[in-house]
Amino acid sequence: MATPKKEIPRVGVFVCHCGINIGGVVKVSEVVEFAKTIPDVAYAEANLYTCSSEGISKIKEAIKKYNLNRVVVASCTPRTHEPLFRNACEEAGLNKYLFEMANIRDQCSWAHMHEPEKATTKAKDLVKMAVAKARLLEPQDEPEIDVTPSALVIGGGISGMTAALSMANQGFNVNIVEREPELGGMLAKLHMLCPNFEDASKALSSIVDAVKSNQKINVLTSSEVEDVKGFIGNFDVTVKKDDKPLKLNQGTIVVATGAENFEPINMYGYKSNENVLTQMQLEKLLKTGDLRKPDKVVMIQCVGAREEKGRQYCSRICCGVAIKNALIIKDLYPETELFIIFRDLQTYGQEYEACYTEAREKGVHFIKYTSSNPPEVSSNSEGKLTIKTYDAFLKEMVELESDLVVLSTPLIPQKDAEKLSKILKVPLGSDGFFFEAHVKLRPIDFATDGIFVCGSAHSPKDISESISQALGVASRAAIPMANKHVRADAITSIINEDLCSGCGTCVRICPYGAIQKNEIGIAQVTSVVCKGCGTCAASCPEKAITMRHFTDDQITAQALAALEG
Amino acid sequence: MAEFNPKIVAFLCNWCSYAGADLAGVSRIQYPPSIRVVRVMCSGRINPAFILDAFKNGADGVLVAGCHPGDCHYIAGNYKAQRRVLLVQKLMEAFGLEPERLRLEWVSASEGDRFASVVKDMTAEIRKLGPNPIKMLEVED
Ligand SMILES: Cc1cc2nc3c(=O)[nH]c(=O)nc-3n(C[C@H](O)[C@H](O)[C@H](O)COP(=O)(O)OP(=O)(O)OC[C@H]3O[C@@H](n4cnc5c(N)ncnc54)[C@H](O)[C@@H]3O)c2cc1C
Ligand code: FES
Repeated sequence: MATPKKEIPRVGVFVCHCGINIGGVVKVSEVVEFAKTIPDVAYAEANLYTCSSEGISKIKEAIKKYNLNRVVVASCTPRTHEPLFRNACEEAGLNKYLFEMANIRDQCSWAHMHEPEKATTKAKDLVKMAVAKARLLEPQDEPEIDVTPSALVIGGGISGMTAALSMANQGFNVNIVEREPELGGMLAKLHMLCPNFEDASKALSSIVDAVKSNQKINVLTSSEVEDVKGFIGNFDVTVKKDDKPLKLNQGTIVVATGAENFEPINMYGYKSNENVLTQMQLEKLLKTGDLRKPDKVVMIQCVGAREEKGRQYCSRICCGVAIKNALIIKDLYPETELFIIFRDLQTYGQEYEACYTEAREKGVHFIKYTSSNPPEVSSNSEGKLTIKTYDAFLKEMVELESDLVVLSTPLIPQKDAEKLSKILKVPLGSDGFFFEAHVKLRPIDFATDGIFVCGSAHSPKDISESISQALGVASRAAIPMANKHVRADAITSIINEDLCSGCGTCVRICPYGAIQKNEIGIAQVTSVVCKGCGTCAASCPEKAITMRHFTDDQITAQALAALEG
Repeated sequence: MAEFNPKIVAFLCNWCSYAGADLAGVSRIQYPPSIRVVRVMCSGRINPAFILDAFKNGADGVLVAGCHPGDCHYIAGNYKAQRRVLLVQKLMEAFGLEPERLRLEWVSASEGDRFASVVKDMTAEIRKLGPNPIKMLEVED
């Protein structure tokens, strides 16, 4: 193989302030000035937001104006932003593999917020390293791979069913894997739904019927996902149904595994007094019609939520749920007195706010407590409950007697969320819910292509929000399935036949069987099967294997650049 | 004497450890600015020569981090990395370089805190060991 004549690199470096995210710690102008001194850097500039449309046009302009043939952006992480910058290069006529990123936000400014000097030094090193790799980059072609037009939906609650129906109606086959024997999730346990007081079983049965009668949807109940291999377009999924393994080939995957409801064991007399319930248990009593007329009901909000340490998040739905159930009880038993003891009332949006107003008008009492003065619940020998609480408006302690105390507890992550996150290789956030690729820009994608998240698997949500996300996910997942192809990464291995001694190490070591010996005993790679891990290149005793875009020279140059000077 | 700030070259696999390092930042978990990350697709890509080159050129430490056993995006690249790192550590011992300067760690995409504590730990340990002796040789020359 003759080596093509190498062009002289002309690297353009774009350093992003990311508002104050980088600029508040790293001295961006110093990094730019430093970049200009690196060999082969033809141009360097700072941007407020390199990823904004203005920043993108600046890259494109600079490529043309300064005749750049390599681009380095020093900003956030390639895991979220590399595609965007690569596109910019492509639009300016530069092969997108001639692009490299220096991660000076996620892995620098955010991690060294109190050490601006050292963070700046590190940012310079990271830029130098990226330039060192960029100088050696070569253009690559991306082969097209076929996408199986079938989606796997994990979780058969309202979110999963909505996503499945939408994808099926767009013409794709869908497999729903539901752990429980029945579809429905949390909705199956609810009585009426806020904010519009719709019957939960009616809402549920109409969608369950639609799912079950849809020819394109295959429902696997009492099933769990055991293993997932592969990439977007071709996920090899093993599902365990009734203890038997089942293999599925899927183009895309939707995570809709929902949440659990927190059980407040040992809090406010829950479990020790049968008149202390959770909202979930109250829903059941209302659903079955077993709630006998209480004289008084006291509801306590934020039980096990918005804690100083531990569960710090707001579960978002509980204020609406408490007001809903208070109004339902008021409707059933107009004489019953109702109290909602809250920390901060989060009835966001027009509909929930209207429910709150209605509750006030109908005489539901609202008492504000503070986290430093939480209510106390005690009971006498007949089971009558006494609630002592600080009233932050009256600025004094008040005491209430009640027949029933109802605790509003948060939605919490599924117990096996971590297991699933490992199987799918997608992250969980610090609160244990599935973590999207970008909180604002990619709210329902995972960073891994072809896998999406919706509903309360992602964070506590009500049903309409879950449905919106489910519909969003269905159209995100439909894009590659409708196109029938995605461009595969060009990162595969190539064998230099002149150097190969035919020892067969790579043939044995390749996890995909992508390398075979040809008729004369020399190794050959089947590119579409190669996934680009590079294990073969690392083990070849003759150095006959080159990994595209991660060559030995590129990796070494990048590492050694960190150690210069 | 000024405090010794070690330089650690870190080879992180794209799918788990690099993502874990990102998560540490997103969660604003602070760790020492001692590491210089080289992203590779899999820890199985790491050729022993990369590690030795880094030490030869003055790295005070080298970190290889990949997905937990059983979680490698490419099935078993991390096991191969493990074998190679053990081999290099033996070589280092033979050369008289403390094998503790080379570490292999498993960090998943959801373990931002773990990534940060690995860096903290390793930085502290290398501070105790002092600079890579190769650099001292140059000074003595
Ligand atoms: C007490 C209470 C009252 C509520 N009242 C209202 C209300 O009035 N109005 C409103 O809008 N919202 C209400 N909600 C919120 C509502 O329940 C959620 O918005 C809704 O259930 C979210 O749907 P989902 O499909 O995302 O999750 P879920 O309903 O939790 O469904 C998830 C499904 O995934 C399955 N699953 C989980 N893990 C796996 C796995 N590993 N493999 C396979 N399957 C799995 C589960 O078995 C379940 O069927 C209430 C919640 C609570 C707790
Ligand atoms: S992909 Fe992480 S170790 Fe192989």
